[in-house]
Amino acid sequence: MTLSSRKNIQILLSLIFIAMLSAGYSAAALADSIEPKTETSVAIVISFEVATASLTAGSYSDREQVIKKLYTVDDERVLPVLQQMLKSKLYYIKKTKQLVFIKKIDGSYKTTSILNNEDAGLFEKNKLKKVKVNNKLRRLLRGYIAQLGLKSTDDAVRKAAVKQLLKNINAETIAVLQVLDKKETNSSIKELVAAGVSIWNLSSNDKATQLASIKALSKSLVPEVKLKLQEIIEDTEDATIKKAAISSLKKIDSKISIFGFLENLVFGLSLGSVLLLIAVGLAITFGVMGVINMAHGELMMLGAYTTFVVQQMLPNHITASIFISIPLAFLVAGAFGVAIERFVIRYLYGRPLETLLATFGISLILQQLVRSVFGPTNQAVQTPAFMSGSLEINSIFAITYNRLYIFIFAIVVLLLLMLILKKTRLGLQVRAVSQNRTMAKAMGVKSEWVDAMTFGLGSGIAGVAGVALSQLTNVGPNLGQAYIIDSFMVVVFGGVGNLLGTFVGAMSLGVFNKFLEPWSGAVLAKILVLVFIILFIQKRPRGLFPKKGRGVED
Amino acid sequence: MSNWIKKIASSALVITAMLGLSLSVQAGNTIKVGVLHSLSGTMAISETTLKDTVLMMIEEQNKKGGLLGKKLEAVVVDPASNWPLFAEKARELLQKNKVDVVFGCWTSVSRKSVLPVFEELNGLLFYPVQYEGEESSKNVFYTGAAPNQQAIPAVDYLMNEIGVKRWVLAGTDYVYPRTTNKILEAYLKHKGVKAKDIMINYTPFGHSDWQSIVSDIKKFGSKGKKTAVVSTINGDANVPFYKELGNQGVSAENIPVVAFSVGEEELSGIDTKPLVGHLAAWNYFMSVDNKENAAFIKKWKTFIKDKNRVTNDPMEATYIGFNMWVKAVQKAKTTDVDAVEKAMIGIKTPNLTGGMAEMLPNHHLTKPVLIGEIQEDGQFDVVWETEGLVPGDAWSDHLPGSKDVVSDWVKLKCGNYNTKTKKCSGQNFK
Repeated sequence: MTLSSRKNIQILLSLIFIAMLSAGYSAAALADSIEPKTETSVAIVISFEVATASLTAGSYSDREQVIKKLYTVDDERVLPVLQQMLKSKLYYIKKTKQLVFIKKIDGSYKTTSILNNEDAGLFEKNKLKKVKVNNKLRRLLRGYIAQLGLKSTDDAVRKAAVKQLLKNINAETIAVLQVLDKKETNSSIKELVAAGVSIWNLSSNDKATQLASIKALSKSLVPEVKLKLQEIIEDTEDATIKKAAISSLKKIDSKISIFGFLENLVFGLSLGSVLLLIAVGLAITFGVMGVINMAHGELMMLGAYTTFVVQQMLPNHITASIFISIPLAFLVAGAFGVAIERFVIRYLYGRPLETLLATFGISLILQQLVRSVFGPTNQAVQTPAFMSGSLEINSIFAITYNRLYIFIFAIVVLLLLMLILKKTRLGLQVRAVSQNRTMAKAMGVKSEWVDAMTFGLGSGIAGVAGVALSQLTNVGPNLGQAYIIDSFMVVVFGGVGNLLGTFVGAMSLGVFNKFLEPWSGAVLAKILVLVFIILFIQKRPRGLFPKKGRGVED
Repeated sequence: MSNWIKKIASSALVITAMLGLSLSVQAGNTIKVGVLHSLSGTMAISETTLKDTVLMMIEEQNKKGGLLGKKLEAVVVDPASNWPLFAEKARELLQKNKVDVVFGCWTSVSRKSVLPVFEELNGLLFYPVQYEGEESSKNVFYTGAAPNQQAIPAVDYLMNEIGVKRWVLAGTDYVYPRTTNKILEAYLKHKGVKAKDIMINYTPFGHSDWQSIVSDIKKFGSKGKKTAVVSTINGDANVPFYKELGNQGVSAENIPVVAFSVGEEELSGIDTKPLVGHLAAWNYFMSVDNKENAAFIKKWKTFIKDKNRVTNDPMEATYIGFNMWVKAVQKAKTTDVDAVEKAMIGIKTPNLTGGMAEMLPNHHLTKPVLIGEIQEDGQFDVVWETEGLVPGDAWSDHLPGSKDVVSDWVKLKCGNYNTKTKKCSGQNFK
């Protein structure tokens, strides 16, 4: 009896509860129907804790709503959460659903709570789950972070924020930009803001303002400006405005074409610097010693793999690992080079065809060796932070850092090599042996030793080139094959036995290739360069800078 | 250090063992399975994995007691990424080793090279890689995706879900990208995209200097309309391409790249930071969460003895192909090629994404199409998939030459039947 009555009361209570709930719900529904813009008018102020808690569940579109809400929360903890989410570094602990930031420490993860930045303990990877984001969410996050980032003290962050705002110009963003402009000191950001304001003024009803802003925009290279001007030319009916817009657009176009030319030149020089790096070692072995070394590419591959191994040993010092790799790659590739010279090539001097076949065989052996030791798949070599990204000159012209550093590196390597050949005892002996072996021998030069050292030097340089290539392309067993033809091309074109020729040859081929490419496409450009070299060699068989004097045989 | 020495020693052993394996032509009581994948040369990077997958499947089938009461025996040969050598090795497998079935090939050019051999000697080939279509041979079962199972749905996704209006079709200069891009171009124009909104670009194999092309893509994408890159760039050229994109500041949110040749295996050799958010279209991702896939991944990792190895789409295609062949042999109660070919049609086996793959009369499969976003750990996160399975179409409906062509090995007994002229052509098989 008592039992059933208690049950009845329970049922009754729950009924009342449900009734209350549904009443509340219908009231809310009513509010919805009266006031459609519930989000703004009945803006429920939710706390940071509540907003973030719902990040752990639901689909991408649910998460989108949560992020939108989170953005409206006025709390300084919002920005780091959005930033970490963008970087896919926001996780939650599977058991407790507690949201945390993570930091990897020796295989396990140190977590800190997003609520109070306190340590939340060490976890294995499988105990944590990532708050996943897709491109749509990333775009949303980036926009929000940009708006929050306008307050940042970091110039780069502010600049990115302004750029983001320029994509969607309306009265609201202009107001935000104008507020920023008053405090802004950085000139390039000011330029961006000015462009934004001018674009906005273009749509104004006042003709004078419109004309003034069209004129002001003729100096701007921001891509949005060009689009807007083209729009005006198509849409406007006013002749003066149209004329002004066309002349502004012309000014912009002529500037763009100048920078387009500069861009091609920079691309060409950077391709040239890669060609220089891969060819300069060959300029020693082929140019000075006359050995056709088909395994030259594989020596570069060994250099690249050295970088990989060094990075595996120093996983937390990516930048340092690159610098350590340079001398190490020189030694590794150099050692292989000396071994190849001692065991194979020295028996084949004066027999170029046999040398070619033997070194080709060596290249296959080295490839398969690497495949057996490291596996056939490519290896991931990390790019240090200072080498990623680009140096922005203006809105349409930028130089990527990795290309810039590789250019500098190539020049340094070339200068060092010239120094070795011109100023050291080894260099003197190398030149002596290459000019007149018998006479050098008679003067007491150990020509065999010099041969080994020269080949080692050329191979070592190939290894160093491999370090640079590891930053540009795949580190895999086939790395060498991709470059061997190019390197021979450069040496033959530049003139055998001449480092300056190699330099000029590499740079001019690089620039030539890059100016052809936009016009002919990458495939045809390569073919045309090859045809050009063949024709050139017909005219000048000894290349750009031929060896002169009595040292020249035949 | 000593670890590598061990590796060198063990790989030397493996090489000699493999040589022994391919030379041992015993007339024992076994069913011979040929494996025709490159173990050296450029394609070794991709194909070695498939060789290991077949060996794993054979080992597993033998543990279950073999097939028709006989043990399976693998005959592994190395065509060394050399296309004419593929044909030679195929002939060797079929004539000298007398294998009952062959799993092999990766590139379309290698498949085209062995095709006449298989048709002449009436062999049976399972081809496990996505390809450009426009082919259906009686002697080949295509367990990878046809263009309508990868390229077309990916473009649909970009068009409808992302709102892409301008298209860059970038590819390596050979048959698969050229045909795929031809189909895509026709499809886009059919959907109302204007010619000036399509940019087509080809690069040589292993292209490594992407500065100009990425800069062009950037300019093409700054015209105020949403732009995407559809990439059929193959193999090694991808790494420098994505690196250049990252360095020139082209992010996946602004200009997404959807790739048809970049999978988990390719990503495992890349620093994935600049790639996060870019897309790939496949019929399988390692990250798909279900029981079959988990079991497969576990089996693979134990077999290959490396807990970091990944699985990928062509492996799934090999898995499905092998299981189908086993079922067909059981159904036909013989390994005779003609009988197995008949039995294959209509066979259903579970795929690894939670559905059933069915072999269609045109020798292609039904497959789900998944779009995944690249994550920092080198895995894909599925963001979209087709509702239900897409039947593979051997002859594209979007190319003028192949619109009217169908393939049906049951009713028409023809792989290249023109419905307008009512003629069967292109196959030497009658």
